[in-house]
Amino acid sequence: MNAIREPALGHLRWPTAGGSRVPYGVFTDPAIYELEQQRLFRGDAWSFVALEAEIPASGDYKSTFVGDSPVVVSRAEDGSIHAYVNRCAHRGAAICRELRGNVQNHTCVYHQWAYDLKGNLIGVPFRRGLNGQGGMPADFDMKKHGLQKLRVESYGGLVFATFSESVEPLPDYLGPMPCKAIDRIMNRPITVLGDQRQYVAGNWKLYAENTRDPYHASLLHLFHCTFGLYRSSQKGVSVMDAKRRHSMLTAMRGTDEGMVDGYQDTRTYNTDFTLADPSVLAGRPEFDDGVTLVILAVFPNLVVQQIANTLAVRQIIPRGVDKFELVWTQFGYVDDDAQMQAIRNKQGNLIGPAGLISMEDGEAVEIVHRSIIRDQDQTSYIAMGGEQAKDAEHLVTEGSIIGFWEYYREAMGWAA
Amino acid sequence: MLDLSALTPVDLHYQVGKLLSDYVECIDDDRLEEWPDLFVEDCLYQVIARENADRGLPTSAMYCDSRGMLRDRVVALRHANIYAKHYYRHVLSNVNVKGVQDGEVLVQSNYVVLQTLVEGDTKVFNAGKYLDRIVATPDGLRFKRKVVVFDTYRIPNLLVTPL
Repeated sequence: MNAIREPALGHLRWPTAGGSRVPYGVFTDPAIYELEQQRLFRGDAWSFVALEAEIPASGDYKSTFVGDSPVVVSRAEDGSIHAYVNRCAHRGAAICRELRGNVQNHTCVYHQWAYDLKGNLIGVPFRRGLNGQGGMPADFDMKKHGLQKLRVESYGGLVFATFSESVEPLPDYLGPMPCKAIDRIMNRPITVLGDQRQYVAGNWKLYAENTRDPYHASLLHLFHCTFGLYRSSQKGVSVMDAKRRHSMLTAMRGTDEGMVDGYQDTRTYNTDFTLADPSVLAGRPEFDDGVTLVILAVFPNLVVQQIANTLAVRQIIPRGVDKFELVWTQFGYVDDDAQMQAIRNKQGNLIGPAGLISMEDGEAVEIVHRSIIRDQDQTSYIAMGGEQAKDAEHLVTEGSIIGFWEYYREAMGWAA
Repeated sequence: MLDLSALTPVDLHYQVGKLLSDYVECIDDDRLEEWPDLFVEDCLYQVIARENADRGLPTSAMYCDSRGMLRDRVVALRHANIYAKHYYRHVLSNVNVKGVQDGEVLVQSNYVVLQTLVEGDTKVFNAGKYLDRIVATPDGLRFKRKVVVFDTYRIPNLLVTPL
């Protein structure tokens, strides 16, 4: 770690132990953002970078980010997947300037240094000079000037990368709960249906909170609630892994008919709201367990979702202290029949930046971020469900948010 | 009802231009309840990022295959969705009437949507092209199919009002 750039944590006070009071400064302070890049995104964490299905063939690549570090994910001739920083070892130019593509090797356009699909330097023009003049020093060793490589591991077709040499292997990092949830959704070969990119003017952790928050989903999203896609009165769980860094919330549609009394005083449950064309809600049961909604949040930057018949991964890319990008990659299964393809297509109206049940999440992040810029020592109040980071067999809880903050404090090096 | 094949190219261009102008005006002037009326009942309205369209992938920001679904979008944005108050201003250009095929006028045009939020500043929100198939009905020209391919693949915050 670079001691000179080490920011101090001491100036922000957490008034209580644990994660139920969060000083607003963690969302707005550039020094905290810097430290997150070092200790989380370049620290002992695995960041989601791609679906294997996005780069199926040799030479396929995808440009993405780990934290705010630009990274290329690439498949080599032998089928192995590699990730390296998108920055030429020579003078720092991006070697890869497209979102995705297929190449034999990556060549920096600036001085044409060439790298193989694993990130090794394989060619330097004028290395021995021209006509006996110029050229690289005699001791120049190609092996020492490859691209900066990251560790890469896949689980269930999800590719993760890390700068860390010490973080545990990926399955151990994920733990049993997330692995089981990924096994369930990634149970057979998938096909990518496309990407949607949403740019939100708020701190990335506000979205980490949002996706660990079953409490908001049935109050903020009227469409969700009215049509029974998700209600807090449904059967569901809010659970975490052993370290409380990952979390999952699930719900089962059709389990709360006749018991929605709690919504009578809310704006959200509007029985007068009907659809002229309800086909957007038509779907098929896909999983034997009856679970119709899964939001699996994997620390620090991934959400895996099943909402009705929509399947997607959402990658969170921090773009500074007050901005993040959310990349939704929607997918189906290779063996989907034409009807299922049509269902997924139409249910796509529910999710993404124009999603009838998801568009409000960007708005929620922005209205929080705008209001907390001043008063950095003041804190949020997170107490629904008993003010503790504990699992719940219901959806009226903020336990997973508290768990996130407890792990965050630990990973950032704040005393508990 | 207009006989499309009997129109001169200049008249056809005028009629198409009028429909496109009515379309953007009804959005920009916030008369969204009238917006579905510019489509036939059995229509397609698709808003898709260029990065998906270029790859032949189906993921769309909006995909409505009936006028009923367009009405539902408007009802949802009026009553269900939460978003900051904003205004749109469409700038439309390069209206290219490519011809008439099987009773449908094929038209491509460019658009830019400027968005003004309550703070008062106006920004380019989205830019792209319209790929339209327009048919004659007793009520005048209507969209049979409108595919909005947007270059601005990164959507600032959210997309609620149709493009």
